Amino acid sequence: MRKYYFFFRMRFATGLQYRMAAITALTTQFFWGLMECLAYKALLDSNAIKAPMDYSALVSYIWLKEAFLALFNTWAADNDVFNMILDGGISYELCRPLSVYKMWFARTIGGRMSEALLRCIPVLLCACLLPAPYRISAPASIGCFFLFLFTMLIALGVTVSFCMLIYILCFFTVSPNGWRVFFMGAVDLLAGLVVPIPFIPQPYRSIIECLPFASMSNVPFRIYSGDLQGMEMITAIGLQVFWLFALIGLGSVICRLAQRRVVIQGG
Amino acid sequence: MKSIRLYFKYVSAVLTSTMQYKLSFLLMCIGRFIVAFSGFIGISFLFSGFAGIKNYSYGEVLLCFSIVQAAFSLSECLFSGFKGFSGLVKRGDFDRMLLRPRSLILQVIGSRFELGRIGPLLTAGITLIVGIRTCELHLNIMRIITLILMILGGMVLFSALFLLGATINFFSIEDGGIINVLTYGGKDHGKYPIDIYGEGLKKFCTFLIPYTLFQYYPLQYLLGKTDNSMYAFFPLGTVVFLVLCYAFWRFGVRNYKSCGN
Repeated sequence: MRKYYFFFRMRFATGLQYRMAAITALTTQFFWGLMECLAYKALLDSNAIKAPMDYSALVSYIWLKEAFLALFNTWAADNDVFNMILDGGISYELCRPLSVYKMWFARTIGGRMSEALLRCIPVLLCACLLPAPYRISAPASIGCFFLFLFTMLIALGVTVSFCMLIYILCFFTVSPNGWRVFFMGAVDLLAGLVVPIPFIPQPYRSIIECLPFASMSNVPFRIYSGDLQGMEMITAIGLQVFWLFALIGLGSVICRLAQRRVVIQGG
Repeated sequence: MKSIRLYFKYVSAVLTSTMQYKLSFLLMCIGRFIVAFSGFIGISFLFSGFAGIKNYSYGEVLLCFSIVQAAFSLSECLFSGFKGFSGLVKRGDFDRMLLRPRSLILQVIGSRFELGRIGPLLTAGITLIVGIRTCELHLNIMRIITLILMILGGMVLFSALFLLGATINFFSIEDGGIINVLTYGGKDHGKYPIDIYGEGLKKFCTFLIPYTLFQYYPLQYLLGKTDNSMYAFFPLGTVVFLVLCYAFWRFGVRNYKSCGN
């Protein structure tokens, strides 16, 4: 376990070096969040029907999404891993007396956490300073806040274990970009990053809620504002835990299969 | 004439190299299509519960979305050379271009050509048809001209922004991430007619970066919300913005100091 912890630490420290990129990202993310808040405001104001989510819950959802984008976007997978598969560097990884799956898992989590740590603070700070309707509200209660942190960790696990599946697919095709773009749009939609899941009409909503993608950012962001609570919340957390174990199990099995027939391309 | 022939030479060279990775190219095309198409699905999900936004109906938003999407993809397909411009400067490739007796812009544009952008273009086409059907738009010759002018005007505006982003690289080596707010931001948030974001933003998008010239004003005419046919020709105004950006680019080239090897 210690070994894998050091892989996490290593990648975490590297990630913290890119401070300038974080400032650029701040402007982009702040602008994106604000525009989205404005659009939803116009949408909810011009319709008399009761929205499936409160506006304040929606604003919190949007700002959390922008602040923690680095944790949950499936398309920004670790480029080092793809390069290793492309240029043959993977042979060194396979030589180590460690599990490739666990090693990459630890690295990816480290990379994502460092990036998110750099970015979330300025974005959240800006979101706190905005005037009333566009300001991010405090968590619904202390309990909600701790549940938010807890489910965010599981959600990160689900996201990373899904990314691991994409890495492993590249063992078979050698064309990382294709696969990545292939999954990008669909996952964003299914994870509720394009439109929050409560806005999706039935019967699509029920189907999407069962998929692993709904167990990613959707759960913690909605728990934060108290939008997801009671029985519904318990089911959602249960599903999250289920998908975490299912995806990790599937990933390690395919990874073992792939390692049996690995062909080193270059190096 | 000569430069057009040269441009096609560039394009065919880039295409040949892309076609060496056929599976990757195919997945990329499908992937880009899915990304753009999920934007369309997102809008239709959202509007299944709501009648409209401000005074625009679902079909009208779809029309707006498809026009912006088409303009952006066309521009990105043809002028993506400017997107990778910071790399050209950093590697010193731009110095080599300066030595050649051919137009600089032509060489930069020719360095990259992204055929994969036909994916989003396909989405734009589908959405346009669905949009026209949904809001039962009666197409006459004047409206078709407006539609074409809007797409072309948008293409000119986004190309001007790409050019502007490339020019920033002359003055700062940092990757021009800021320009993405204007290009990708314009594409993503331009799916709604700009006036829904409020008066302040509409002013910004008219006088600073003239998005409204190809989006908001001609759209009013296209949807029959106004009878003033002058609005149909507003997209031509984006050419002025392009000229300004071009002047800035020329200024940048003249002050350029190499940093590569």
